[in-house]
Amino acid sequence: MKFGVIVFPGSNCDHDAYHVISKHVGQPVDFIWHRDTNLSSYDAVIIPGGFSYGDYLRAGALARFSPVMASVKEFAARGGFVLGICNGFQILAEAGLLPGALIRNRDLHFVCEHVHVRVENSDTPFTNELERGTVRRIPVAHAEGNYVCDDRTLEELQREERIIFRYCDARGNVTDESNPNGSRDNIAGICNRERNVLGMMPHPERACEDLLGSSDGRDIFRSLAATLAAAHV
Amino acid sequence: MKAKVYVTLKPGVLDPQGKAIQHSVELLGYDGIADVRQGKYFEIALDGALAESEARETAERMAHEVLSNPVIEDFRVEIEG
Repeated sequence: MKFGVIVFPGSNCDHDAYHVISKHVGQPVDFIWHRDTNLSSYDAVIIPGGFSYGDYLRAGALARFSPVMASVKEFAARGGFVLGICNGFQILAEAGLLPGALIRNRDLHFVCEHVHVRVENSDTPFTNELERGTVRRIPVAHAEGNYVCDDRTLEELQREERIIFRYCDARGNVTDESNPNGSRDNIAGICNRERNVLGMMPHPERACEDLLGSSDGRDIFRSLAATLAAAHV
Repeated sequence: MKAKVYVTLKPGVLDPQGKAIQHSVELLGYDGIADVRQGKYFEIALDGALAESEARETAERMAHEVLSNPVIEDFRVEIEG
């Protein structure tokens, strides 16, 4: 199996993601420059956090037009796994690979803190090593993480169990106080209908070592590796 | 020729920046402010050889594809000779 981490001008969590895959998942991983368009040797692609194109126009709006994104769309359509973290989630939403949009945080602050998220669905390629209903402590760092969508989309996400993580308190209660950005229905992460594209605002790659305050994010990457191992790639 | 593109949040989409601006102007003593919504404005210089209908069509396509996010925003295009 092989992982790729896409690098846009302004990405700044690319090395963290690379480090986690090589050190904690123990699998081969490459950086993929945003002008590259050949993803044929990869099984999973990570779109990392950062400020691609300086967040000009809207967060993720310009990255979406990078040459590599047309390839990511084809890659996803072929069943390749795509994990978008923070800015990566914003890019996936702008690209239409995930529904909804991420707008300015409710209180306008840049939030940079550890938050709790509840695992809402463990039956996905990204969460099969996590237990449904359990709470993970993972940091967020964003100014535009306020997830919005229309009523129909929300109903669809709920019905199809595509809300994968929701902000909650330490005990797993999904409350307004535990919502760091005002996201609709406390949504912290969603997947597409085919379940091979996941976008999440929290940074699991920053929560893979106890020394850094939490290793609760590691199992997300390990889930993905387990999925790929089971598929013998 | 110039295309002016106004991008505004759809009704119902929360606008935390607009709310903060409203709060500030109220603190300054402006009365009767019911609501403030913040948007974006673009001026695009176009090739003068384009017919107005072509210019409008180009600007609208650009506004739909790039300048706005149709999930949360509406846009309006004005063409100025």
